Amino acid sequence: MNRQAIIEGINKDQLKNDVPRMDIGDTINVHCRIVEGDKERIQVFQGVLISRRGRGINEMIMVRRIVADSGVERTFPLNSPRIAKYEVVRRADARRAKLYFLRDRQGKSRRLRDRRRGMKHVEGMSTVS
Amino acid sequence: MKGIVMSLSLLGTKLGMTRVYNDDGVSVPVTVIALGPCVVTQVKTQDVDGYDAVQIGYGELKPRNSTMPIIGHDAKANTAPKRHHREFKPAESKMELPAFELGQTLDVSMFEKCAFVDVIGTSKGKGYQGGMKRHNFGGQPATHGTERKHRSPGSIAAHATNRGTGPKPKKGKRMAGHMGDERVTVRSLSVVKIDKEQGLILVKGPVPGADMGLVEVREGRRLYKSKGVKQKEALGA
Repeated sequence: MNRQAIIEGINKDQLKNDVPRMDIGDTINVHCRIVEGDKERIQVFQGVLISRRGRGINEMIMVRRIVADSGVERTFPLNSPRIAKYEVVRRADARRAKLYFLRDRQGKSRRLRDRRRGMKHVEGMSTVS
Repeated sequence: MKGIVMSLSLLGTKLGMTRVYNDDGVSVPVTVIALGPCVVTQVKTQDVDGYDAVQIGYGELKPRNSTMPIIGHDAKANTAPKRHHREFKPAESKMELPAFELGQTLDVSMFEKCAFVDVIGTSKGKGYQGGMKRHNFGGQPATHGTERKHRSPGSIAAHATNRGTGPKPKKGKRMAGHMGDERVTVRSLSVVKIDKEQGLILVKGPVPGADMGLVEVREGRRLYKSKGVKQKEALGA
């Protein structure tokens, strides 16, 4: 076996296979496992997915939300076992791969266009006219 | 050879780096090394060779790319010619090592109980480098009248310094020169995982050299206190 196949074999078991389809601009819930002492609880971080980078085991997602009128961005390793699950709350229309321009936006212009329009071709997706 | 404790390295190939999540969900950077299998190609004894040692061979090699002396030498151990050979002398070891016999195969399971290993490799060659990159010198100021010598090493002291009198600076004076492509040992790397089926060992952190480079792995020596205790516990000594 070649070297890449071996390394991918090591990574394979650690990859999540229950990650829903998440596109840039979608509002998502990230359920983080928080360990306090010997107790574990789930904390939900909701925000807009503004960037995905890396591949395979190294894939990172960046989620931006507004807390008390200031932006908070968190970067998560997509395959981290400390994340219980992902949920897509709202799908939105984004025309670029990195939504860093949202950092400069204020007020209502922070919102992204709803992308439920014209999604008939994607299976299992609700549409509005 | 029975009864003699050897400090033995195994030879392997650095495959590359990735990450592994441990039980706490913490991402651990690991280097994947394909270690062994190594074959004992010669057992040297006091009577015959004047000293005790064991020689191991590693790596596939087409016989037509080898030489007759090597083919013949490895044939005595009943094996195909190996690409690399290394010899190890007796030394103190806390690991349980098997008695060595000619033709015996050694694999990664040798390190199963080890908590820490040392990895030796040949670092990537950097070519001819100046004092700033090679020895972390500070260079000269960017401004205040400095002209055309911003990265120069500065004074190298008097010729006679610390050497009595003479026309040359002291040996080992740190200057520009060839950097990298030398034998480097990284000590006390944690063993994260061992895959006996594929002959892999995963160690925490980087190891010297490029991917597919030859590395030596041996039990961790010169561990500092807390690591030393863990190593002893792991080895059950």
